[in-house]
Amino acid sequence: MRFRQAIVAALTDEMAADESVIFFGEDVAAAEGPFKTSEGLLDTYGPIRVRDTPISEMAFTGAAVGAAMMGMRPVIEIMFMEFLGVALDALVTEGAKMHYLSKGEYSVPMVVRASCGSGLGFGSQHSQTLENWVAATPGLKVVQPSDSQSAYSLLRASIRDNNPVMFLEPRILYAERGEVDTSLKMEIGKARVLQTGTDITVVSLGNMVNVARDAIKESGVSAELIDLATLVPWDRATVLDSVKKTGRLVVVEESPWSGGWGSEIISFATGAAFSALKSAPFRITAPDVPVPYNGTLEARYIPTVPNVAAAISKAVSANEVPQPWWITEGLSK
Amino acid sequence: MSTSLERRKVLKNNDLACYERMLEIRQFEKRTNELFAAGEIRGTTHLCVGEEALNLGLATVLNHDDVIAATYRSHGIALAFGISAHSVMAEIMGKSTGCAGGVGGSMHMCDSSVGVLPTSAIIGGGMPVAAGAALAFQIQKKKNVAVAYFGDAATNIGAFHESMNLAAIWKLPIVFVINNNVYGEYTRFDLSTPIEDLHIRADSYAMPSMKIDGMDIYAVQTGMQEAIDRARRGDGPTLVEAKTYRFSGHSRADQALYRPEGELEMWQKRDPILLTEQALIKKGILDEAKIAQMKADAEKIVEAAIEQASKDPEPTLKDMFSNIFTTQKVG
Repeated sequence: MRFRQAIVAALTDEMAADESVIFFGEDVAAAEGPFKTSEGLLDTYGPIRVRDTPISEMAFTGAAVGAAMMGMRPVIEIMFMEFLGVALDALVTEGAKMHYLSKGEYSVPMVVRASCGSGLGFGSQHSQTLENWVAATPGLKVVQPSDSQSAYSLLRASIRDNNPVMFLEPRILYAERGEVDTSLKMEIGKARVLQTGTDITVVSLGNMVNVARDAIKESGVSAELIDLATLVPWDRATVLDSVKKTGRLVVVEESPWSGGWGSEIISFATGAAFSALKSAPFRITAPDVPVPYNGTLEARYIPTVPNVAAAISKAVSANEVPQPWWITEGLSK
Repeated sequence: MSTSLERRKVLKNNDLACYERMLEIRQFEKRTNELFAAGEIRGTTHLCVGEEALNLGLATVLNHDDVIAATYRSHGIALAFGISAHSVMAEIMGKSTGCAGGVGGSMHMCDSSVGVLPTSAIIGGGMPVAAGAALAFQIQKKKNVAVAYFGDAATNIGAFHESMNLAAIWKLPIVFVINNNVYGEYTRFDLSTPIEDLHIRADSYAMPSMKIDGMDIYAVQTGMQEAIDRARRGDGPTLVEAKTYRFSGHSRADQALYRPEGELEMWQKRDPILLTEQALIKKGILDEAKIAQMKADAEKIVEAAIEQASKDPEPTLKDMFSNIFTTQKVG
């Protein structure tokens, strides 16, 4: 099933399993979602549980917090991750703090779904991944699936979690097909080792997992591919075990060069597995520029398969840290 | 040791108990201010002196299983809703016996047993949360009501308008209560807002609204009862503007030197405690001797709270790592 259908299936199955699950957002009910991620939900579960909201992210994100505290399990949709900017208070400063500020008397079982990422020509205000807006908030979990199976299983796990969960959906994957076993459970906080290898550990998230997979194939290197899947709390043990085995680490991420989540992975692994390292861990990222609209430029903005393949090969064959392309091409310092 | 719920229930149809609680709030804030000035408490504080009638009016009209999303200026809300002076003072002192376990501080009151949601230190932060609580009540077919309680300056933030709109279209069982205490932080509200009566902003959302005298507990009770009844009946939200006055500065560092001369003195003639006293004397259930006695009692309650909280243990390092995430699993 397509990635977007996996989202629909997870919502459908959780709403069937638990009547406290409600779903609201902009154009999600009657129009079934701008990306068709809520097809059939209004028909099946009716207008009390499936609601269109005004274009008021601040109000409906905060309303999800309040409804969750009073025993509902709201799932909301932020159409483009950027739109969360006007509602960050509700999620980060209210929702993620309620359990803490109430000595655990209140909990906030809510899921904020948001589409994210580049590659579709939506321009600089509709194409960012923005994990770093939410990843430094204790009290908030952050999940990002990379295929239909993880979209289904992780969304179900997120809805069943009693904490607020930010669920980031790489928009470019919505139409992609993949096998889905609806009985397969995935745990938040558990990374997936998608392929084993001996010479380098490749850690990735969201759509970059797919880029990394193709790049490993192209490079011919024996690489261990880890889909982090959950960014908060991330699976330190799985990454560490792998790095100790391979002695090399690269993180492939879609966010800009500065301030990305990959720095966190590298920082921890370098400290914890220093003596096992054969070469310096490094990141492959987007450059520090807004996402360009032009198709040729946007294709270069995102880490590409040849780009990642060349970097992995160089790291393994020469133990060198490859420079970002914008440095070697003299475009930036 | 009475529970929060018992301290709440004792107020029902009990004018003297309400008066007594108002005295307790007044004394509590006086002593809090002194403790801050003496450097015995850290951080910040926002006093609610002058707002006691509104605090008690809300506490007596709402049921204990209704909820209120209030603000960082909520010592009075906490005490009126039933949280003990000891629990509030311990929170301000950062002690483990505080209503938020000592990790919240002066701005963060909470007690689920009397419907006090964690108070928000963000202007406008509580309004969408209250709307969401109301949404839950509506879906669950409960007869409960949510109150969003905030200051005049919060009517200029987006969350106010978004929440009002959402509540109106979904006909949520919620009452928005503006505590119009004339000042938004250090700025008189006429400098930040082009209208005198803020409740007319409800017109934009086809929502009923009213203006009430926030210094008069009986006016608060009458007005709030109408709004709460409307919400409970399923007839949707109301915007209530309570006219009060902030007798103190914004926070502990603020001496409020920007007030026009004579303004404070004018409002002090309408001190909510004074007005309540006059009403109760007129009713024949209060006299000078009783007033003196009750004031002395309020002092005793607050001093005992301070004494106990001072001796209470601090939260542990383990507490610092608790209640970040719940580990409770779905059944």
